[in-house]
Amino acid sequence: MTFSTTSWVMIFLTPILAFILGHLFLGISRKFTARIHRRVGPPVMQQFIDVMKLFGKRESTTHSWVQDMGALFAVIGVIASILFIPIGGEAVLSFQGDLIVLAYLLVIAPLGMALGTGATGNPNSAIGVSRGLMLMMAYELPFAMVLVAVMLYYDTASLGDIVAAQKGAFNWAILALPLSAIAADLSLQAMLGEKPFDQPVAPSEIASGPMVEFGGKYLGMLMVWHAMSIVVEAGLFVDLFLGGGVIFPGDSVLGLIGNIIVWAILALMMWLISVSINTVFGRFKMGQSLKFYWGVPTLLALLSLSYVVISNLGVI
Amino acid sequence: MSEDEPTGGLLDQDGRPITNLPERGFVRKVADWASARSMWLLWYCTGCGAVELPPSFTSRYDMERYGIGPMATPRQADIFLITGYLSVKTVKRIVRSYEQMQDPKYVLGHGSCTIDGGMYWDSYATVKDVGLYIPVDLYIAGCMPRPEAIFQTFEKLQDMIIKGEAVGWKKYKDNYSWYRKNQDNVFKRGPDWALEEPELR
Repeated sequence: MTFSTTSWVMIFLTPILAFILGHLFLGISRKFTARIHRRVGPPVMQQFIDVMKLFGKRESTTHSWVQDMGALFAVIGVIASILFIPIGGEAVLSFQGDLIVLAYLLVIAPLGMALGTGATGNPNSAIGVSRGLMLMMAYELPFAMVLVAVMLYYDTASLGDIVAAQKGAFNWAILALPLSAIAADLSLQAMLGEKPFDQPVAPSEIASGPMVEFGGKYLGMLMVWHAMSIVVEAGLFVDLFLGGGVIFPGDSVLGLIGNIIVWAILALMMWLISVSINTVFGRFKMGQSLKFYWGVPTLLALLSLSYVVISNLGVI
Repeated sequence: MSEDEPTGGLLDQDGRPITNLPERGFVRKVADWASARSMWLLWYCTGCGAVELPPSFTSRYDMERYGIGPMATPRQADIFLITGYLSVKTVKRIVRSYEQMQDPKYVLGHGSCTIDGGMYWDSYATVKDVGLYIPVDLYIAGCMPRPEAIFQTFEKLQDMIIKGEAVGWKKYKDNYSWYRKNQDNVFKRGPDWALEEPELR
């Protein structure tokens, strides 16, 4: 893999794009939720103002340098994973097997946060972290099966190749593997941490869990991480199942920009589906979440996986 | 309040602490603008005042359209809203929560009870004036204040923050010994600030 000047520029531009999109998505979703509640809602730019305020606080308490490292881990982990996501058909880092690397990278940021919150010593954060790990165990099972099914179906472990294989009309993976897509979207709900799977950060129950001792710029870092992780996770779904938003030929700059806009709109759509489910649900207990994820989504993912395996064998 | 002469800090003619307005550069002005438009509340629902808050943040009045919303812990919050009377036992929790908040932080006293005790003016178990223990930036008079009054106060506080006049947090630092003296009259702090049972004097 060689780096051209364009890739060096993209390494800096992609996280900035993800930062802007993530906060825009959160701002839109706050307005969206407010309209469902029949409220006016905050301005769309509210999320940017919130982050600006958090970084502008005069004082930020830290409990030890491990907490600083935790906040850094979260942001660096999410920046590393956004580089593997094809945006408008073009990923900054793309090689055979990058989907497997990405599956590991997605876990780094939450584990980094777990590291940082463990250092604060607040019992609520420990409860939040343990809930987060349990939830991860619940949704990773169907999601891993979905990834394997998609990789086997397209016979590649590179996200870029999967996006390229879906080029053309009615060629999206959501039509080829609908059961996998449903299972992936159900897993997305917990990955994004939206209700009914927001047990790790249950504000009224365990006082926002892992974030309980984070204030000022530390909370700002976590909010940046949250906003960017929405882009990563919704974008991953778009790349896996919705053709990566590639509808224009990507060899010209205008075509690439058009593809990026389509990709962003599709990712926003996936995020708003999750937010609408969030708005009308209460919170599950941990046992209910595990039971749910090891039930229907796992079954759907398994059915889809066996379909792919059997069709690869040439029986059907 | 104690009859003794308090030590440290500037006092006005009523014997209340005052402080100088801090110097602000351009970056600080921008940060203050942002913090005026994004105010996260920590409300301490000691008394009946809490009942006026659900109408303020649900669809009727919709607090969130000003960027104001509830937060779970003192570390994350900017505004401390004390809704209603304080007993001598809860003052300790108030001070502890206030000191966990990050600067700049603002305190709103909500309801008459925080000003002079309100209907509990002759109670043996309530604190009459919250301003003796932590610096209060603005009071909302009334029993109870309606959401309209709460929103008027938020607008006033926004103005004060943008102009750099809401300096309760600085007052607390500059006149800590004055506040500490008053706090010591109500409760005793343990050696490592542990929550001991109150030792009333």
